[in-house]
Amino acid sequence: MEAKDNSRRNFIKQSTLLTAIALTPGTAVKAAGMHIDEKIAEAFEKMPLKMEVNGVAHNLSVEPRATLLDILREQLDLTGTKKGCDHGQCGACTVHVDGHRVNSCLTLGVMISGKKITTIEGLAKGDELHPMQEAFLKHDGFQCGYCTPGQIMSAVSCIREGHANSEMEIREYMSGNICRCGAYPNIVNAIQEVKEGGQPV
Amino acid sequence: MKQFQYTRAVSQQSTIDAIAKPGTKIIAGGTNLVDLMKRGVTAPDKLVDINNLPLKNITSTKTGLHIGALALNSVVSENSLVLQKQPLLSMALKAGASPQLRNMATVGGNMMQRTRCAYFFDVSMPCNKREPGTGCGAMGGYNRMHAIFGASEQCIAVHPSDMCVGLAALDATVIIAGKKGERRIQFIDFHRLPGDHPEQDNHLAMGEMIIGVDIPDNNFAKNSYYLKIRDRQSYAFALVSVAAALDISNGIIKQARLAMGGVAHKPWRLFDAEKALAGKAATEENFKQAAQIAMRDAKGYEYNSFKIKMAPAVIAEALKHAAGLV
Repeated sequence: MEAKDNSRRNFIKQSTLLTAIALTPGTAVKAAGMHIDEKIAEAFEKMPLKMEVNGVAHNLSVEPRATLLDILREQLDLTGTKKGCDHGQCGACTVHVDGHRVNSCLTLGVMISGKKITTIEGLAKGDELHPMQEAFLKHDGFQCGYCTPGQIMSAVSCIREGHANSEMEIREYMSGNICRCGAYPNIVNAIQEVKEGGQPV
Repeated sequence: MKQFQYTRAVSQQSTIDAIAKPGTKIIAGGTNLVDLMKRGVTAPDKLVDINNLPLKNITSTKTGLHIGALALNSVVSENSLVLQKQPLLSMALKAGASPQLRNMATVGGNMMQRTRCAYFFDVSMPCNKREPGTGCGAMGGYNRMHAIFGASEQCIAVHPSDMCVGLAALDATVIIAGKKGERRIQFIDFHRLPGDHPEQDNHLAMGEMIIGVDIPDNNFAKNSYYLKIRDRQSYAFALVSVAAALDISNGIIKQARLAMGGVAHKPWRLFDAEKALAGKAATEENFKQAAQIAMRDAKGYEYNSFKIKMAPAVIAEALKHAAGLV
């Protein structure tokens, strides 16, 4: 499964590169070939970043401009956290930093040094899904599934913060997570069931 | 995003020293700044992260409430002192952004956020705020979200904050630190109108930083309301928003405070309407009259003239909510 996933990701990466070459003028291709971008990057110091992700301590070296989202996906291969808009408008990148939900696309990695991060990969206990994951499956809280990791991370916070007391309140406090398939009624149902079930989240 | 140097501030003084250099910016929550850097709207050489400075406190003072510049929007909105003394501020904060963004955004950063004008955000478009002298794309362009008060030939952008509309209504004071020490200015004087210099959003001078806001005690807690009208129910910028605060005794308004968002380059205080309400009965009729007074200097553009009809209705409705008539 892992190997398959990796080859799929590599395929996407390679085909994206080919598309870029096809679309960019000759000089840009030449610059890319000479790795000019990387040389410029080396002129700026990478910074050490210590953080704990899903209970595992990491000592990384990152550029100041690297977002938490890109570090999770590109350096730690935790691709469950999704890049939707990359501008804080969709919520697909929602993760927990020291227990609080944030948009990882607008969080610079260097700014969360020493903190504890939880991503969608960190919710389940082994093969046992988190109650919110179970509820999303049961209620069909998604269609394409791209926004789902962010929705679930946000939904867990919504209950933890005490903002899941009514359908209206859930809708308001889940408004930072956009679902273009429009699975909202089912997402609300899933959250209400977990909230009413009283299981620890 | 252009590369930059990153440092963590160890003290207020070291921050002030660092930001005296051109190209250096403070970063707190980063929700607006990182977005602008990704888009190339701004490209600082150096960021000073001030999150370790002790500016997160929310405390009662002899005369009111003090809120540190680094207090998170989510924390302020749920703070018991804020809910008890200034519920209007909590309502305004909760009307802004999303829970995730409010968990990152700070009070000082909220004040410093830039306009969401689409021409400002799109670096291929002319914009006097982003690049002085290039013209205003919005003036003759798609200006549905834009200002109906206080615009200039140079810029018709609006300030996007909800929190700032609440603080403007509540007579808050901004505490600023710089090389020469601390100074205080009225919140309503912090942001500026575009005039001939739309690139300047506010009166913070080079080398200065916001360290907090003070809100004086008042009698508005029982009768205040924040009403925000937007294109969707939640998580959108205001078309028009109104912060309304009333001090009512035996059905008579002793004092009123009104501020609007989504209509000007700064939070727009409605001083004339406030004066008209003082001494009057808290009735729907009086609220509608005050709302009309507030609209005297309004000027619409091609796509935003609907705001001139919408705004007085929002003012009257917010006042009705504040007075408990809804």
